[in-house]
Amino acid sequence: MMKLSLGPILWFWSKQTVFDFYANAAEWPVDTIYLGEAVCSRRRELKPDDWFDLARDLKACGKQVVLSTQTLIESEADLRRLRRICDQGEFMVETNDQSALQVAIQNDIPFVTGPSMNIYNVATLKVLAKQGLKGWNLPVELGRETLGELIKGLQEEGLDLPAEVFAWGFLPLAWSSRCFTARHYNLPKDNCEFRCLEHPDGMELRSRESQELFRLNGISTLSGSRYDLMRELPDMARMGVSTVRLSPEHQGMDEVVRRFDQVRHDEIPATDPLQLVEAPPCNGYWYGKPGMELVTA
Amino acid sequence: MELVCPAGSLPALKTAVDNGADAVYLGFRDSTNARQFAGLNFNDKRAAEGIDYAHQRGARVFCAINTYPQPSGWELWKGAVDRAASLGVDAIILADMGLLDYAASRHPDIPRHLSVQGSATSYEALSFYKNTFDIRRAVLPRVLSLDQVRGVAKHSPVELEVFAFGSLCIMAEGRCYLSSYLTDESPNTRGACSPAKAVRWQETPQGLESRLNEVLIDRYGQGESAGYPTLCKGRFEVEGNVYHAIEEPVSLNTLDLVPELQALGISAVKIEGRQRSPAYIADVARTWRQALDNLTAHPDNFSVEPEWRNTLSGLSEGGLTTLGAYHRKWK
Repeated sequence: MMKLSLGPILWFWSKQTVFDFYANAAEWPVDTIYLGEAVCSRRRELKPDDWFDLARDLKACGKQVVLSTQTLIESEADLRRLRRICDQGEFMVETNDQSALQVAIQNDIPFVTGPSMNIYNVATLKVLAKQGLKGWNLPVELGRETLGELIKGLQEEGLDLPAEVFAWGFLPLAWSSRCFTARHYNLPKDNCEFRCLEHPDGMELRSRESQELFRLNGISTLSGSRYDLMRELPDMARMGVSTVRLSPEHQGMDEVVRRFDQVRHDEIPATDPLQLVEAPPCNGYWYGKPGMELVTA
Repeated sequence: MELVCPAGSLPALKTAVDNGADAVYLGFRDSTNARQFAGLNFNDKRAAEGIDYAHQRGARVFCAINTYPQPSGWELWKGAVDRAASLGVDAIILADMGLLDYAASRHPDIPRHLSVQGSATSYEALSFYKNTFDIRRAVLPRVLSLDQVRGVAKHSPVELEVFAFGSLCIMAEGRCYLSSYLTDESPNTRGACSPAKAVRWQETPQGLESRLNEVLIDRYGQGESAGYPTLCKGRFEVEGNVYHAIEEPVSLNTLDLVPELQALGISAVKIEGRQRSPAYIADVARTWRQALDNLTAHPDNFSVEPEWRNTLSGLSEGGLTTLGAYHRKWK
């Protein structure tokens, strides 16, 4: 049975919102939950110990928990937080950059790689497998054809490295040292007033023809359309994909999970997941096309 | 500090060497490098000629094979590494871990430089690449501030090269998928950002419009100078405001920082722009050569000559330059 995972929350939510979200998620039919701040070093509503406590609670509810690291590591303080995550010794770590790889390898802990790690070929997977890699995410810009070749290549090498695919949500596309939310408010990044808290689904960036292009989310830029591979699940199962990742949104996530759960049990829902935050769907990357496009059967 | 200049063609390579480059970097004429442009880059014959020319004049040649091969392209990329090796380049600039591994095991004696596309933003990341692939040098992404560069340099296990002048990427390089989201090509997959094949210019009653795969990137009023529609440098609408929501079209220029970079122990400064003309390369290389020579001659009394500044401003996007992330005015 294909597994469902909840990726790390990519937005900035209040501590209570995060706790409420996971209190609900504990009841959802997801197998794996990724926890932690993967985007911005200034987002500290939850301290590392809060995340670890949450991880234990969710583990007690039967979830596999993985701790995610920050994607863009820039400062010594970032490295300290990274080491805290890799030193905890209880949970698997999702490495989201090469700094995390180094610390995980040094600590000799098992790790998986997140979608921002550049895994484009089997040779790369072989290198990391020797160093403790236990699973990997397909980079978001890669599609079905390359995934198929990667899985086939792993089989030929006799490597058992489960593949995870980002299958629902706004795609994380870029990270910067600059903060685009602070820029919008004409605030310096270091005194941003935590305005991201006012945008639990990011800020829409549109072309001057009102085309939804991106979502600004602090230092990160996400897709303006929502990636949705729900209807590809049966195909992914045949290909040997181990897990599909759903990226948290603060509303309607229970329904999204429920429908993906139905599909993995071979019940195809009549409609696509409820979309409480309005955004057009896309699936272009899966078909080797521009990511923003929607290919319909 | 070494001056590393771009060579998108044989004339550009010769110009760079003639104007004082200590090293030049080039790529093959395919998607194995991060500047895939029509009519640009080298076949083997041209590369051999260029390497000869540089070596005779005491300059080194680095070969960039810094995109990410997917399984269907593996043989092409691997072949590029072998070609670079047999041509006798002085270093190969790589980003992909699989290729780094291949180069390290097949051609251990040819130095490996980590491309900026390898996204190493900390000394821990550099240690990973050093320990795993024994890289000699790394090019740092343009997202780090000078303070952060200082932190990295202090503990770096390898030589460091930093960007000094040219186009400015404000996203962490090697992990920016914005281009493939709008078009079907990205720096990682095809060595192209906002590829020319997807660009369309159109005169309209509202002004000149630039489009990328039909997406409106910018619209220019009368008297506004139009730039290439690199998608992160367009004007977009966020909550009712139309502005450069991600970044203004400006170029990076770090002339003012040269003494500090030297004091940090940076080994080389890199000029961006393999897509640029030989005339551009000549001006930039000559100016930077003068600046670095001036620094060597007067280490305690370096100042930027107005003439250097004028030359470089004239060559910059929109005539504007910035210290980029090195100096966080916007921070």
